[in-house]
Amino acid sequence: MTSSGFAMGSRTHAGEPTTPPEEPEPELLPQDATVDLGDVRRETGIDEVLDSLDRELVGLTPVKERIREVAALLLVDRTRARFGIASPRPNLHMSYTGSPGTGKTTVAIRMADLLHRLGYLRRGHLVSVTRDDLVGQYVGHTAPKTKEVIKRAMGGVLFIDEAYYLYRQDNERDYGQESIEILLQVMENNRDDLVVILAGYADRMDEFFRSNPGMSSRIAHHIDFPDYAVSELEQIGCMMAEQVGYRFSEGAEKALHEYLVQRKRQPRFANARSVRNAVERARLRQARRLMDGAEREVGVAALTTLEAEDLLASRVFSAASGKDTMDPG
Amino acid sequence: MRITQGTFSYLPDFTDEEITAQIQYALDNGWPLSVEFTDDPHPRNVYWEMWGLPMFDLADAAGVLMEVNACRQAYPGHYVRLNAYDATLGRQSTMLSFIVQRPPEEPGFRLDRQESADRRVRYTTHSYAVERPAGERYPRS
Repeated sequence: MTSSGFAMGSRTHAGEPTTPPEEPEPELLPQDATVDLGDVRRETGIDEVLDSLDRELVGLTPVKERIREVAALLLVDRTRARFGIASPRPNLHMSYTGSPGTGKTTVAIRMADLLHRLGYLRRGHLVSVTRDDLVGQYVGHTAPKTKEVIKRAMGGVLFIDEAYYLYRQDNERDYGQESIEILLQVMENNRDDLVVILAGYADRMDEFFRSNPGMSSRIAHHIDFPDYAVSELEQIGCMMAEQVGYRFSEGAEKALHEYLVQRKRQPRFANARSVRNAVERARLRQARRLMDGAEREVGVAALTTLEAEDLLASRVFSAASGKDTMDPG
Repeated sequence: MRITQGTFSYLPDFTDEEITAQIQYALDNGWPLSVEFTDDPHPRNVYWEMWGLPMFDLADAAGVLMEVNACRQAYPGHYVRLNAYDATLGRQSTMLSFIVQRPPEEPGFRLDRQESADRRVRYTTHSYAVERPAGERYPRS
């Protein structure tokens, strides 16, 4: 149990001064002063976030560009405020469009952290929701449900995955419309309290915005997530394996490249998510290879290395010759 | 007569900033908050009307304050209070409860004495406000 000061009989704090040391009110700088932007950067610690973004996310150049721009704007706004120049709060609602597995959710989490560090969001948490969490099942159920989600997201980021499901064109009495209206209102009035990020596949999001022009115009940043190139996917695969304590042998790296080239051509390719699945299956096959192998004694090297055969056994290679498999691994 | 119920009731009325700070304190402790209102502030009337359900999983005070303001707008001449509940095992009780809105004029209470058997006296607290029907008890400002 934490000591809260409200517990019965705990009056020990009564005499002590309980107010925390007050932060000195930052004084306005004179008009002819100069500020070192480098210092401001260090204070906020945004470089840390931006660097980890560069390090841990492969590719995604246009996305990183835009994030840097946003970061720079907020930083400059902060500095302007020190001179007493009022700058209106920028509109930071965003839409992330891109194919499956291009890192939309991951970037949204980083974005929440970044905006928190820059002082734009008070808490910097991310509330990830889909249609189910926003839209009710009967009349009068939607508004409280949407409002509850919005309240939970206040001070952070509301991430609406597959936002286009909110609007069903074929059913005009669908409750999704009600939810959209509440969202629009909140996006306009509670700009200080939360940032809304809509995410989804590009073509369907375009359709969604076409049928909801109000939504489109309230979003300042439409960021498109490009598909990964094979070399980027390879890099992602190596990083993923590394995270779970594996590495690819030289032969396996070649096999991975070959695998990705083949897999990319097949249907239901989900970029980084497909890579993760490939790594997972390779782990399974490696474990089986070790168990069935003649060698009884294994060392660290054998336990942590994925060989070419672990990948080459994949059905992707057999399917490449013609047939489409439901679940290539 | 100023009604003193709950925490901070001997202090001047809180501003919205001060209320926000208290809400944030409760949220940081992991206590969900709920908004309640009434126009019958009798000390024994412990169950006030609920304004919506208690709010769980909130991180920031802005969401709670939004509900407080919605309640204030819907019930201008009423008492509105905030409760913070600690659900941890062994606690399971209201940790913080304070009034965030009160009517501009509070007529107060009188003490009624009732003679009963053997010259015993029963005492009752009578609220002047309750003499009028519900909804018209306090003049709207």
